[in-house]
Amino acid sequence: MTTETSTPAQRRPGPWRLTGYAAVQVLSVVPLIVLLVLWILGAALVLVWAGLAILAVAVPATRWLVGVHRRMAGRVLGTPLPEPYAPVPPGPLAWVRPVVSDPMTWRDLGWILVATTLGFAVSLLVILLLLVVVTAPVWWFAAPPLMRLRSQVDRFFLAYSRTERLEQRVQALTESRAEVVDHSAAELRRLERDLHDGAQARLVALSMSLGMADATFDQDPEAARRLVRDARETTAAAIGDLRSVVRGIHPPVLADRGLGGAVQAVALDMPIPVEVQVRLPGRPPAPVESALYFAVAECLANVGKHAGARHAWVGLRHERGVLVATVGDDGKGGADPAAGTGMLGVRRRLAAFDGTMRVSSPVGGPTLVTLEVPCALSSPKTTPSSAPG
Amino acid sequence: MRLVLAEDHALLRAGLTQVLEGAGFTVLHAVDNEPELQRALRDPSADAAVLDVRLPPTHTDEGLRAAIAVRQERPGFPVMVLSQYVEQLYARELLASGDGAVGYLLKDRVSDVTEFVEGVRRVAAGGTVLDPQVVSTVMARRREEPLDRLTPREREVLALMAEGRSNAAVAARLGVTEKAVLKHVSSIFAKLDLPVDEDDHRRVRAVLAWLHV
Repeated sequence: MTTETSTPAQRRPGPWRLTGYAAVQVLSVVPLIVLLVLWILGAALVLVWAGLAILAVAVPATRWLVGVHRRMAGRVLGTPLPEPYAPVPPGPLAWVRPVVSDPMTWRDLGWILVATTLGFAVSLLVILLLLVVVTAPVWWFAAPPLMRLRSQVDRFFLAYSRTERLEQRVQALTESRAEVVDHSAAELRRLERDLHDGAQARLVALSMSLGMADATFDQDPEAARRLVRDARETTAAAIGDLRSVVRGIHPPVLADRGLGGAVQAVALDMPIPVEVQVRLPGRPPAPVESALYFAVAECLANVGKHAGARHAWVGLRHERGVLVATVGDDGKGGADPAAGTGMLGVRRRLAAFDGTMRVSSPVGGPTLVTLEVPCALSSPKTTPSSAPG
Repeated sequence: MRLVLAEDHALLRAGLTQVLEGAGFTVLHAVDNEPELQRALRDPSADAAVLDVRLPPTHTDEGLRAAIAVRQERPGFPVMVLSQYVEQLYARELLASGDGAVGYLLKDRVSDVTEFVEGVRRVAAGGTVLDPQVVSTVMARRREEPLDRLTPREREVLALMAEGRSNAAVAARLGVTEKAVLKHVSSIFAKLDLPVDEDDHRRVRAVLAWLHV
């Protein structure tokens, strides 16, 4: 969520500049009408495909031109209006759904109707007040309120109100909470299965071996010894199972060394060389640390499994209140983040912390996954390999 | 041979003491936390240490840090580090803390008493003992220079050397004669460009080269 910081220090534009904005607004009317016609045409022809081609041009053009007006309105009002569009994935037809389902698309169109009529009239008035020389004194005093009025109307259409933004936030939180609950329930089921099929089953076998050894000790010491040896092997296997379950819950090296050290440890276990660059002045909160660790580990596991890469690299840094992890490889690319359940799990886990995952993986490579989680770092800590604490 | 032992679980500490004393070692200090370990390691009559990675008060990696620190103060001081899990990262740090006289094993390897005691002896004598699990993760790596010059058999021999086995033990494991192992070993040294030196020392270097330390 973008924070709204009103900056009174920001200089409001004077009458001359405002009139310049008004001129842009007046001149925009023609392209805006053209765009509106394109939209109507595109929508009408959508069934014969030609419409999609028209819209493929009209959508970005509209967003760009509306963006110009959004920025002007922001300057006039002294608070920038955030870019409100839902993210559009790349791809020939992938834009259709997010654009159509984005309410801001329709608000843009509604705004065009107003901007080419009422808004046009207000902006034209400001210019005329200046051009008709006798009214220049009126212009000097009337331009700022008139332009503010117009900008407020623009803002009404082009930016979400506080209530709307809160509603969107609640919606996003509800979704991510449901996902987190699902995720943790699935994790518990997995743990239960791992313990039940692994360590628990082995302990049962162990107890059986020992019981049989106990029973046969007197008649056949050699057989009993074999059973004890079996029991020891079963114990070793059970310990191995427990160890892997523990790693799945919270890897010990993460507890020991934090995110940087744990990622380094994962990198060392990779079959290909992985370069790790850590620039973290402190430690993120434990849940974030754990989520990012598993996310990076999952990305690296995918590199090992699918990418056919010769080298990989991991970067961890913290800038402007956001922890950024990047995982790249020189493999064959073409990774689809929606394909594997693993990556879906990563996305969900990060969503719980308002984190995001972006994947850039053109066919032929390279692949770059960027994970971002807003968080604060705890107080700086000395490097782990320095004097024992 | 007088040992310092650090292990926070009372049962395991008693078990380890019993195993080690049974094998002829003297356990000078058996401690269960980091501050006491620091004091024990300052005892000049201690010859070697057997340490758990995780110790109170923070239950992270203080045993490992203590091992590295003591080897900075007393170069070549033999340390055997035990842990519930092994990390290549930690293996590298231990190996980098000095030439040889270091071991890193999973705790459950103690159940094979003879092999464990043999490992401690080897470390105390200046050798290197790495857990087979560490060795196998390195083994899984794609072949890299200069190790791709080794034949598969030589890689096997090197892996067993990294686990801290003697030529005789390697021969027994692979089912070949000791002479054949000796041939592989000298071939490994030649291929890794290791200078002719005292044998134990070279074995350690070969392992280090293998781990890219």
